[in-house]
Amino acid sequence: MTLLLWIAVFALLLNSLACLWRVVAGPSLADRILGVNVIATNTMLVLVLLSILREQGFWLDIAIVYGLLGFTLTLVASRLVETGRLRFREGAR
Amino acid sequence: MIGWLVDAAGGLLVVAGLVFLSFGTVGLLRLPDLYCRAHAATKCDALGAGLTLLGGAVLADSGGDALRMAALLALVLIASPTAGHALTRAAWHAGVEPWRGEGEDGGD
Repeated sequence: MTLLLWIAVFALLLNSLACLWRVVAGPSLADRILGVNVIATNTMLVLVLLSILREQGFWLDIAIVYGLLGFTLTLVASRLVETGRLRFREGAR
Repeated sequence: MIGWLVDAAGGLLVVAGLVFLSFGTVGLLRLPDLYCRAHAATKCDALGAGLTLLGGAVLADSGGDALRMAALLALVLIASPTAGHALTRAAWHAGVEPWRGEGEDGGD
């Protein structure tokens, strides 16, 4: 079970690396925010799996805070995009 | 016997969640425009994270840990669709054009 969970942790990290491509390349600003949102979810899951692996409950508190922060980040950033206060440089939307 | 069954169920749930998260990543990387990508990413995010958290709650040592994972599950199930909706709405108002297909009537 421990081995399976470690494999899961590294699979999540690989997933995040793949999503990083969308953050770097994504043509619009919203694409980048979407990629960051997915990476935040994956990081939260890594923290949850670490709490099981290390048998320490405090990782879960960190995971809850991280999940709430990722949600707030996405909401605020999309609000800024919607009202036009957050722009990207010329050539991209 | 029961412990073995619980471990197997938890591991299976975690693996199923990982499979859904991988689908979401593939959709995020491969689909043609923002709206398709947000559709794939948020849906697979909610389902994959939900299944992984459920597996974690099954595998957790104490009831308190399982309860905290259930709280995280509720958070994910509320936050992921909300974030996806807010993001695509913002992109629509900011003027991101939807993909019209590669047929004869236009396309990009």
